[in-house]
Amino acid sequence: MSDDTGNTTNGVGATSPTPLVALTGVTKRYGAVVACRDVDLALRAGEVHGVLGENGAGKSTLMKMLIGLVQPDSGEITVEGQPCRIHDPQVASALGVGMVHQHLSLVEPLTVWENVLLGERARLDRARARRLVAEIGEHYGLKVDPDARIADLSAGLRQRVELIKCLRRDPRIVILDEPTSVLTPAESEQLFITLRDVVAREGRAVALVSHKLAEILHATDVVTIMRQGRVVDRHPTSGADASTLARAMVGRTVSLRGEAAALGATDDLGDDHPEANAPTPDSTGQVVLKLSGVTVRSQGVARLDDLSLEVRAGEIVGVAGVEGNGQRELGDLLSSLLTVDSGTVEVDGRTVRCGRAGSMARAGVAIIPEDRHDSGCVLDMSVAENLVLDRTGTVSHTGIIDRARLHERALELMREFEITAAGPGAPLRSLSGGNQQRVVLARELSHRPRVLVAAQPTRGLDVGAIEYMSDRLRRAADDGIGVLLISTELEEILHLSDRIIVMSRGAVIGAMDRSEATTERLGLLLGGVAV
Amino acid sequence: MTDSSVVDTAKDATTLAGGDASSVSDANKKRRDLVTIIALYVACIFVALTLSAILISLTGGPWRSVLSALLDGSFRRPGRWGQTLTESAPLLIVALGAIIAGRTGLVNIGQEGQVLVGAAGMAFVATRGSGPGVLVLALIVGALVGAAWSGVAALLKYGRKVPEVITTLLMVFIASQATGYMLTRQFLLLDKDPNRPNRTQTSAQLDVDTRLPTVRIFGNEFPISVIIALALAIGVAFVLNRTVWGFRIRMVGQNPRTAQRAGVSAVLVGSLALAAGGALAGLAGGLMLGGGLANYRYTPGFSSNVGWEGLLVALVARNRPLAAIPVAIIFGGLRTGSGFLAATGVGREIVDVVRALLVLALLVPPAVMFLRERRRAMAAAGGA
Repeated sequence: MSDDTGNTTNGVGATSPTPLVALTGVTKRYGAVVACRDVDLALRAGEVHGVLGENGAGKSTLMKMLIGLVQPDSGEITVEGQPCRIHDPQVASALGVGMVHQHLSLVEPLTVWENVLLGERARLDRARARRLVAEIGEHYGLKVDPDARIADLSAGLRQRVELIKCLRRDPRIVILDEPTSVLTPAESEQLFITLRDVVAREGRAVALVSHKLAEILHATDVVTIMRQGRVVDRHPTSGADASTLARAMVGRTVSLRGEAAALGATDDLGDDHPEANAPTPDSTGQVVLKLSGVTVRSQGVARLDDLSLEVRAGEIVGVAGVEGNGQRELGDLLSSLLTVDSGTVEVDGRTVRCGRAGSMARAGVAIIPEDRHDSGCVLDMSVAENLVLDRTGTVSHTGIIDRARLHERALELMREFEITAAGPGAPLRSLSGGNQQRVVLARELSHRPRVLVAAQPTRGLDVGAIEYMSDRLRRAADDGIGVLLISTELEEILHLSDRIIVMSRGAVIGAMDRSEATTERLGLLLGGVAV
Repeated sequence: MTDSSVVDTAKDATTLAGGDASSVSDANKKRRDLVTIIALYVACIFVALTLSAILISLTGGPWRSVLSALLDGSFRRPGRWGQTLTESAPLLIVALGAIIAGRTGLVNIGQEGQVLVGAAGMAFVATRGSGPGVLVLALIVGALVGAAWSGVAALLKYGRKVPEVITTLLMVFIASQATGYMLTRQFLLLDKDPNRPNRTQTSAQLDVDTRLPTVRIFGNEFPISVIIALALAIGVAFVLNRTVWGFRIRMVGQNPRTAQRAGVSAVLVGSLALAAGGALAGLAGGLMLGGGLANYRYTPGFSSNVGWEGLLVALVARNRPLAAIPVAIIFGGLRTGSGFLAATGVGREIVDVVRALLVLALLVPPAVMFLRERRRAMAAAGGA
């Protein structure tokens, strides 16, 4: 592996000769799996270092060594040239390493300032804490109300709190692990502006771990690409382009038209290119899902406000919108988790009783929920059981479950949907995120639905999994299923949908065919401007 | 697993390797867990016995004989293990009810009250007739009254969102007062015989034909409630692990939102689980009366903590019905053994403390394991 190509060309800060922190030849094994193999990495002051790789490439393990959560089996870590052992997060913190985790780790019932102080040993000083939050917020443009309860904040604001929590300790090295996986595009943009600031003005070192090509290209100075635990490539970001990065990351040529769109790597938001492989929208297809004037209120706010939409058999309807504008409620409604205050939901022409257990599923609505752990699967049950859930009819006889048939059916679906697991009896928890998502998809499609609702179906997945999911959605539409794709990734919507509708504040504020969609028009609509 | 970098299958290979490695380390982890938990039990019981011995010697008792008195009273002396099994049966049945609720994600801690109303309901019917038919009917009534008692908690939970922890607990006290009242009125439970013993408030004695048949083996005698309890444990294990209803119960217990989406109503399954728990506790109460507790009479304080201890059995068995069988027998043994300890001249209060220490010793290891698992799960979630 070549040593670090230190010089950045983005002109952001000067690189110091000794890196702030350097890992040399570190290796970490988990049983038979080598998570990191002989990895070198150097983080320098004034530099944003991107670490790119698919899920399971070893990025997170590498970062956990820096933060003291994982001990390397071999290799050396030096901080400012001094070799050191980072046994635990306290040591890391003393050395000036701070991390913002992929999964937010805030205490929901507590307020912002309480969370920021969490772990502090000194006396609680409310006034000082609130001032601190305000000052940091001011300084970095991370505005957040110190007295707000975390439970009431959106994902983007929570991320800000995490960042404040990290920056408060004045770390010299800031590690961000997949920071934008829960953020809207605008929020990500804001985050990167903050990062630039942290680096340029204050000479900190930042490691940005991500599998999104766009943000690596956009926000980093140097990029290290990992695959299967090894560093496969490293160069200044300015010399890189999306397709070479993607190829290095997955180890093969990626058809950028497909995955990269979902990854957010295409820069032509396809203002009017021909539909590459999408089926011709079948406008004569029968309406399979129809929402008429649906209103859902909670805590005095209309989460869905007189929402009407139609999905026809064989088409993909994309629902775009900034997160928090009713997408979650739309998903919950179609998961039989919400009752409506007014309006109706019809599937295949028949009105469905909303909020009754399983009513949507029985009517023929399959769903890949936004958060599969929330309502898509049962982590402590086996893969086989998760592939069935309440459709036990096929695997039971007079109320007794036929284990052989359960097992057999699971094997079939695992083969068909290429699910990798130790076996049908393995707990779902032991599967990777991508494979869990496939289990959900396999189960939902195996029930022969009329409608497939996919809410943020590729969030947090790696390139291969995204490619697979996009392909499956399209095949579902080809098979005559009406697909409703709810996504905050505009590129994904543009790439897959036949028709696009835009939601804002729980209502549809614009609808158009794919061919009429332009970035500009969508951008305006997303901003809540009806055109 | 493989070092080949065949690029197209590379991703699958790594995930496969990941799966294998995790299953191997799972097996290792399980073995290590087993060793840990056994070591914990041994250490805890040793500490409890040592403390007991110190306590007894401080109060001037024969401290050397704590363990042997406990063992004599529960298993070693002739006829004692029959007594131990008799005590274990209701504990096991109560525990099964708690396990069903626990697996559904509910916390029913009102078994003590459900045992009381069950026994009272059984007594009400059984003292008004005679014969095996009446016995069966009385047991069914006892179970139904228990189910109705916990059913109130279900209604309040799903109708008014009152947590079942609170309602089931508070209804213990209502049950105690209500059955106490029944014992003051002849048209309800109070014995009509003017020559009733001790002039205390007790129900009439069950007729000889209305008592549970007993089994006699090797000089040990126990009522068939022991066999019923074993059958129920096997039945509950089967239902939970092998049937559609068990599947639904686990689904609701582990992820109610996924269950709701898939078509399993938490309201329905949860209500049924609470009612089933109440029915089992009520049945346990009925079987205690039919099995000869308090000389076949319903008396105040009849439940004698079986409801509470059954809950502990479920806790130690970590919600596994078959594991509850040996645990219930150990708890039953503690009950009979500590009775014997009192006979060696150790004060009644000290015996209670000794028993409580041993119960604590049994509770610590599962609690430690639970905390460990949770920490592990949290670490896994944090580092996913």
